[in-house]
Amino acid sequence: MTTHILLIDDEQEFVTTLAERLDMRGFSTATAADGESGLAMIRETTWDVVILDLLMPGMSGLETLRHIREITPGLPVILLTGHGSTREGMEGMQLGAVDYLMKPLAIEELLEKLKEAVNP
Amino acid sequence: MWTVRNLVNQIDTLFSGGADAPGHYQSLTRNIIITMLVVTILPLTVMGVLNHFQYGRHLRGELITPLASSAGKAKHSFELFFEERLSTVRFIANAYEYEDLLDDHTLNRLLRVLKTELGGFVDLAIINADGDMVNYAGPYNLKGKSYTSQRSFQEVLIKGSYISTVFMGHRKIPHLVVAVQRYSDEETNWIIRATIDTDRFYKLLGTIGLSPQSDAFLVNSDNILQTHSTYYGKTLEPCRLDIPTGSQNTLITEATDAKGRQLLLACSGFGNADYTLVIATPRSVVMRSWYALKSDALLVYAVSLLIIIFMVIKMAGALVKRIKESDERREIALTELQHTQKLSSIGRLAAGVAHEINNPLAIINEKAGLMEDLVAAGEDFSQKERFSQLTAHIITSVSRCKTITHRLLGFARKLDTVMEPLHINHILKETFGFLEREALYRQIEVRLSLDPNLPTISSDRGQLQQVFLNLLTNAFAAVEDGGVVSLTSAPGPEEGLLVTVKDNGCGMSEEVSKRIFDPFFSTKKENGTGLGLSISYGIIHKLGGSITLATQPGEGTQFTVTLPQNPPTDTQGSPEP
Repeated sequence: MTTHILLIDDEQEFVTTLAERLDMRGFSTATAADGESGLAMIRETTWDVVILDLLMPGMSGLETLRHIREITPGLPVILLTGHGSTREGMEGMQLGAVDYLMKPLAIEELLEKLKEAVNP
Repeated sequence: MWTVRNLVNQIDTLFSGGADAPGHYQSLTRNIIITMLVVTILPLTVMGVLNHFQYGRHLRGELITPLASSAGKAKHSFELFFEERLSTVRFIANAYEYEDLLDDHTLNRLLRVLKTELGGFVDLAIINADGDMVNYAGPYNLKGKSYTSQRSFQEVLIKGSYISTVFMGHRKIPHLVVAVQRYSDEETNWIIRATIDTDRFYKLLGTIGLSPQSDAFLVNSDNILQTHSTYYGKTLEPCRLDIPTGSQNTLITEATDAKGRQLLLACSGFGNADYTLVIATPRSVVMRSWYALKSDALLVYAVSLLIIIFMVIKMAGALVKRIKESDERREIALTELQHTQKLSSIGRLAAGVAHEINNPLAIINEKAGLMEDLVAAGEDFSQKERFSQLTAHIITSVSRCKTITHRLLGFARKLDTVMEPLHINHILKETFGFLEREALYRQIEVRLSLDPNLPTISSDRGQLQQVFLNLLTNAFAAVEDGGVVSLTSAPGPEEGLLVTVKDNGCGMSEEVSKRIFDPFFSTKKENGTGLGLSISYGIIHKLGGSITLATQPGEGTQFTVTLPQNPPTDTQGSPEP
């Protein structure tokens, strides 16, 4: 069965390319450009994994994560950080995120994490 | 002017504490010394001089009074002596009639009585109104001589009585004359005249009790000596001193004699005769105690002056040394602060740049990844292998860039510190574990000298590992294959501890060692980011420690890290920018 992944990131060039690469690997992906639209899509559809960027204009990644936790407490979330600070990553982990990864990503690492998230 | 400048320069070189002291401290030392000397020596000197004059004046009064009193007493004795002689003669003139005294026998008897009872009388003569000597008792035959032209005769006619000054008589002995005029009942006048020798003068002068250097004598108003003087001439010679005569009060003056001696003269004129008593005392005798006091005071002054100068110089030196040391400490603290500020501002800039670059980098990474995926999934084409190689290279390069940007971001923000109790030796062993294989491979001798009795400290394990890994990596890079790297732990200051990482590698120049903690300063050309040591520096400072190095080109480098037992309270990372 296909794993449904929602990618929430304001950097369109990044997120669409990553989505395409994941599609090529047999995942089913959709993208959202900010926290609000991402949350709307989570409310509408059921997802297997969410990949969430922490640094976004408008609603921040952590804020979005909190809302996701409220809507679907069991949904696995993988965080992406654009900077070297581990603090937000750790905070996200405390809020229930599966793991956090640093941009730029190594695709193999991401696939590993996805596998862990879907089959804990 | 030149000599003053030279003197100032000499003072500078003397008290500046060596040629390497900056001019600022030299002039500071000089100013302190001059100011302190002026404020101490000036009042002391002024007080000394004032005291000197005040006390000198006072003491002179004290010393001169006895001299004046001696002179006054002696004068009274002389006056009394003259008065006595005059009274005696006057008594004879009144007690006897003119006719009685013309009798040789009577006159001789009178002279004999006078000689035995009073002494000093030489002769007695009776002179009539015409100035002829009508009777005489004495050693010479002067009867019948005329005295009209003699001064004593004229003076006695006018004054009624007369005491002459000293003159040389027929016997070549100095003597003087006392004469009294008497009117007989027939209104004719006659004169009785007595000659007295001056032996009694010396007895009277002897009673003053003078010191051997002093001299006492009589002069008349023409400054002719009436008695012998020990130093200033013989009887009837002009006195070699300039004596102020004419005052009946005792007068104290100063004079200098022919030998250059400074004298104090006490002069007192007689009321009943033309004599002035003089006591001449050398100043040195009178003022001896004053001079002794003065030299004592001078000695005390000189000694105090030396002590003051010595103390002022010592104190100024110590003071300026203190100031200099505190200046140097401030300088070091300022440099430290500037360094920290430089690090922090460069860090912020770097973080900004890294963050901006990180996003496009992520895009490049994904695009290249997609290209790789597409090539892999697509059909074979002529350049397929080359294509995948190229994309692989792009991805590798992006990965390298990522390392740099993440380090930059880490440098700027620093990872949050997690404090836990830990043993430094465990961390050092663990860290060394990362490099054990390299050491083995390159035959580098690693000397571990870890003190097993070190206390547990509270610090951040991960960050300490990062620092020591960085220091060890640098040491490994510095030594040749087969070199020596020493890792030591020991107790440090204030219950903290001390870790040294030492290599016998290439070392570095002073120029390089000054900049070694600056961000982006690297000696490894392409292989280094120039961030390792500046990050280490930041971490150790945040953990409340310090990191220093000692190095000599060609001899090796030693980094010393100190760590406190407990970190400062504000180690929880800086706020997000």
